[in-house]
This record gives sequence, structure tokens and C-alpha cells, in this order.
Amino acid sequence: MMAHLPILPVLIPLAAAVLLLAANAGLAVTRAISVASLILLAAVGAVLLEAASDGTLRVYRLGDWPAPYGIVLVLDRLSALMVALTCFLGVAVVLAALSGTDTRGRYFHAFLQFQMMGLNGAFLTGDLFNLFVFFEILLLASYGLLVHGGGLERAQAGIAYVVLNLSGSALFLVALGLLYGFLGTLNMADFGVVLQSVSPADQGVVAVMCMLLVTVFLLKAAVLPIGFWLPHVYTAATLPVAALFVIMTKVGIYAVLRVTTIGLAAAPFTADLLQPWLTWLALGTIALGCVGMFAASTLGVVIANLVIISGGTLLLAVAEPTVPSIAAALYYLVQTSLVTAALFLLADALSRQRGDVADRFTDGPRLQSFTAIGLIYLVIGVAACGAPPLSGFLGKIMVMQAMSGSTHPVLVWTALIVSGFAAALVLARAASVFFWEPGAPGIADRPDVLYVPARGLSTALVVMFGAVVAVSFAAAPVSSYARATAEQILAREAYVPAVLGDPAAVQRERRP
Amino acid sequence: MEALVSVALGLLTACGVYLILRPTTFSVILGLSLLSYAVNVLIFVGARLKSTAPPLTIPGLSNQTDPLPQALVLTAIVIGFGMTAYLVALALKSKAESGSDHVNAGGER
Repeated sequence: MMAHLPILPVLIPLAAAVLLLAANAGLAVTRAISVASLILLAAVGAVLLEAASDGTLRVYRLGDWPAPYGIVLVLDRLSALMVALTCFLGVAVVLAALSGTDTRGRYFHAFLQFQMMGLNGAFLTGDLFNLFVFFEILLLASYGLLVHGGGLERAQAGIAYVVLNLSGSALFLVALGLLYGFLGTLNMADFGVVLQSVSPADQGVVAVMCMLLVTVFLLKAAVLPIGFWLPHVYTAATLPVAALFVIMTKVGIYAVLRVTTIGLAAAPFTADLLQPWLTWLALGTIALGCVGMFAASTLGVVIANLVIISGGTLLLAVAEPTVPSIAAALYYLVQTSLVTAALFLLADALSRQRGDVADRFTDGPRLQSFTAIGLIYLVIGVAACGAPPLSGFLGKIMVMQAMSGSTHPVLVWTALIVSGFAAALVLARAASVFFWEPGAPGIADRPDVLYVPARGLSTALVVMFGAVVAVSFAAAPVSSYARATAEQILAREAYVPAVLGDPAAVQRERRP
Repeated sequence: MEALVSVALGLLTACGVYLILRPTTFSVILGLSLLSYAVNVLIFVGARLKSTAPPLTIPGLSNQTDPLPQALVLTAIVIGFGMTAYLVALALKSKAESGSDHVNAGGER
């Protein structure tokens, strides 16, 4: 059983999704299967995290074909961390969706399971084409989840999102097709090995294709010139779905990190390929997110822009991969995913009590569970804008410390501090509308805004709240895990033999 | 043959990109289809253009071609087909609800 551990995060949601589609059962059974699958996944995620913490690389050969010919799944600290985070978010999202979101259309739970399968697969795979396939699985499921709930606005956002991602997939395939044509391999570990022996005449094309590959990942991560889709898409989705989508931008960051550390760093002509670009793109992304936040008229748009800012911050740290910067980025990644997802769930709880004004910044009815929601908003808001003492502050401090030796430390620090103040300002303005303005007369006692107790959503909120507080108080163990992870992914010389055996012994066909 | 394939690829891509930039969903979908044809041929070309070369390893046969890009193309075709079908369904839904084929039908948000 332990030998098959790395495939479980892919198989469990697949089995659950097939079961859900085949059984076509009533609501109660559907919910039971879905929740059971996600809780099982979260348990497996915890086991993976524990298994990976000993520092060994577990390589799972699909069909027992040896790499680089067969497809491998590689479980290291980084993939275990990402899978565990995804599965945990999955539990919170399914609990929140039980409060009525899942009944607003068919197949919500099946799509959710496929989404988990695609996400976990993308984090585990050690093969570039397999990464493409898992990207497509998670995208197809996200298309379904995005338009869940119906309505013209969702259909419109869905069209834009699908067209954008289909174009992205076309670019991904162009990059993979030509890289395979030049290198003759798609295995990530082998990719770095073969890159070292590219002839000088081919280096130009190969470098361009590597850039194209990273561009596709940056599209998923919503980085500046290709990130304008995110607020539109995230706010069109139902809010629990938006909370799950938070992890999808992190898939892009993860893929950039993985491909640069294992592949591009190996050869001199690709090692510094991205340095001149990523820092500036990341700074621009943070600026874009700040401007977007000020322009927002709903809480959902503010949170979507917070997701953009956190993507930019992560990219800053990933742009110059060193042990401290990656360690800081990973801690920041964990906490920002939890915080922004929690904010989306909070926005859902808020807008349920405000009737048809939902999460818009206008006068609405007074909130029924004023104190509870206000308290959670205060704590998570503090974490989101990076004020002490919570995780956002710790994450930002770690990134700032790690970046003090980078090429533009002053710019990086300024961006992080200014974006924090901007977030604080916007979240405070939102709070004053939601909690302090008493509500226009006449709206306050509108009978159609009846408070429906949403038990699933409340549970999910409490779980996420607990996670945000826990990741703040457990900053020491989390960041020491992140540091060990950073050391592991920068150690190419351990990764390659674990996946390939002896790279010199791989039989290669001479390509014309 | 190289020249012919390159020109065809370039034409397909150019037409695809032009159509994707059109404002109606119908032409966007056509454009994406053209683009995916171009990409599929490109992956195929990744194995080099060889005629009468089987994608198999047969002992004693010297003229072979790499079978992997053919498998990749097959995967890409299946995925592209599924995605396009979904996009068509979504575009039809949007047209039914807004009465217009424009990509931004229904006005601005």
C-alpha cells in the first residue's frame, strides 16, 4: 500500500467522480460520497506530507515503465506540500458548497472530484506531457465549476476563460512538440540532463521554447500582461468555487518553480533566461493588483486582486531561486492560499445575509451574525494585508529578508509594503460599509433577506479560520519544512538519479 | 515537403489567430480549431518528416520514425476535441440567453 501512495491522490477523486456519475444518486448520497472522498484525500495528503518529510524521493513508475520512457509520478517535499494544501482546501470548499451551492446545477460534486484529480496529478507528475494532460483535466473541471449556477454572466466569463486557456494549451503544445523535437525527451529530470548537451546552433530555438513553456505557466498564475482574466473569472464563479480556484494560480507558480529548478537551471544557456523578466513582471503584477483593488466595487473583486498580488509576490521570490527565497515563497504560498480562500468563503457568508446587494460596497441590511462574521473578518483581514501578528506578516517578512540580497531589494520591499497598505485600506473601507454603516432605512427589516443558517459554510469558515491561525502560530515548523523543501528542490544532483538512475546509462537515439 | 508543411502551418496559424481575434464566438471557435490543427501538425513534425518510415522498432529495419509524437498528437486531438465541444455548448448557451453571438453579449459588467 505504501508503495502505491503517490498515485492515491489521483485515484481517489477519479474513483469518486466515476462513482458519482455512474450512480447518479440522490442529493444525500452524492454529498456523502463527495465529502467522504475529500476527507479521505485530506488524510492521504497528511500521510504524504509525513512520508515526504524524511527527505527521500518516492518515484512511482506508471505501468512499471522506467523513466525517461515511461511516465513517473515523483513525490518529494514540494509535491507533498502542494497536494496536502490542495486536499485541505478541497475539504473546506466541499463543506461550504453543502450550504446550497451544490444544488444550483448538476454534477457539481463530480466536477469537484475531477478538479482535485487534475490538481493533485499536476503537482505529482514528473513528466512534461503528463503535466499538460493534468492541466487539461483540471481546466476542464474548472470550466464546469465556473459556469455552475448558470446565468449569462457566468457563461460569458466561461467563454473568455475557455478561449484563453485553449490558446494557452495550444502554446503549451507548441513548446512541448518542439522541445521534444530538439531534445527527444519529456521527462522533467531528463529534460535538464539533455539541455546540457544541446548544440550551440539549436540553443536559440530551445531557449525560445523554454520561454514559451514558462509563459503558459505565467498565464495560469495570472501574471501582468496575461493576468487580466482573473478578476472577471473568479467573481463570476460561485464563491466556494472561487475559493478552490485560489489554488489554480498556485499551480502556475509551482510549475515555474519546478521547471526552472529541475530543467532550466541545469544548462548555462537557459539558467539565466528568465531573470531579466520575472522580477519586473512580478512587480507589475503587484501594482496591477493594487490598482484593481482600489477600483473594486465588490468584496469578491478585492479578493481576486489579492490573489493577483499574492501571485506577484510569489513570482518575486521564485524569480531568483535560492534556498531562503524559495523557503519564504513556500511559507507565503501556504498562508496566502489559506487566507484568500478563507476570504472568499467569508464573502459567501456575508453576501448570504445581505440579500440582493450581496458583497457590493453599498448600504445593505444589517448582518444577522454580526459579531461572528465581524471577528473572522478582522482576523483574516489582518492576515491578508500582512499586518502583525498573523501569518501574512510573517510571510512577507520572510520574503523581504530572503530578497535583501537580490538585484532590486528596494523595489521588492517597496512593492510588498505598499501592497500591504493598499490591502489594509481597501479591506478597512469594505469593513466600514459592511459592519459600521447601520443600513439604509427600509432595507434593515426587509423580509426577503431572511437569515438561513448555513451549517456547512459555517463549519468551513471555522476550519479555514483555524487553519489561518494555526499557520501563524505554527510558523516555525511550517517554515522549517519549507526550508527543507527548498533545499531538496535545489538539489538537482539528488533528483536526477532518483528518477532516472544513471543518466549516462539512458540509451538515446541519435536525432538528426 | 518541408517548405510545403511550413507554409501550411504558417497559414493555419495566421488564419487561426485572425479568427480568434474576431468578436463573434463562432469565428473564435473556428479559429481555435485551425490553431489546434496547426499545433497537431507541428507536434507531428517534431519527429522529423520521413516518408515510408513506420513508427515501429522492427529489427533490421533502418528507416524508422519516432512513434512518440504520434501518440502525443493523438492525446492532443482527443483533448482538443473535448474542449472544443464544451466551448460550442457554452457559446450556444450564451447565445440562447443573450440572443447574440457577440463574445461580450449582454453588455458590460
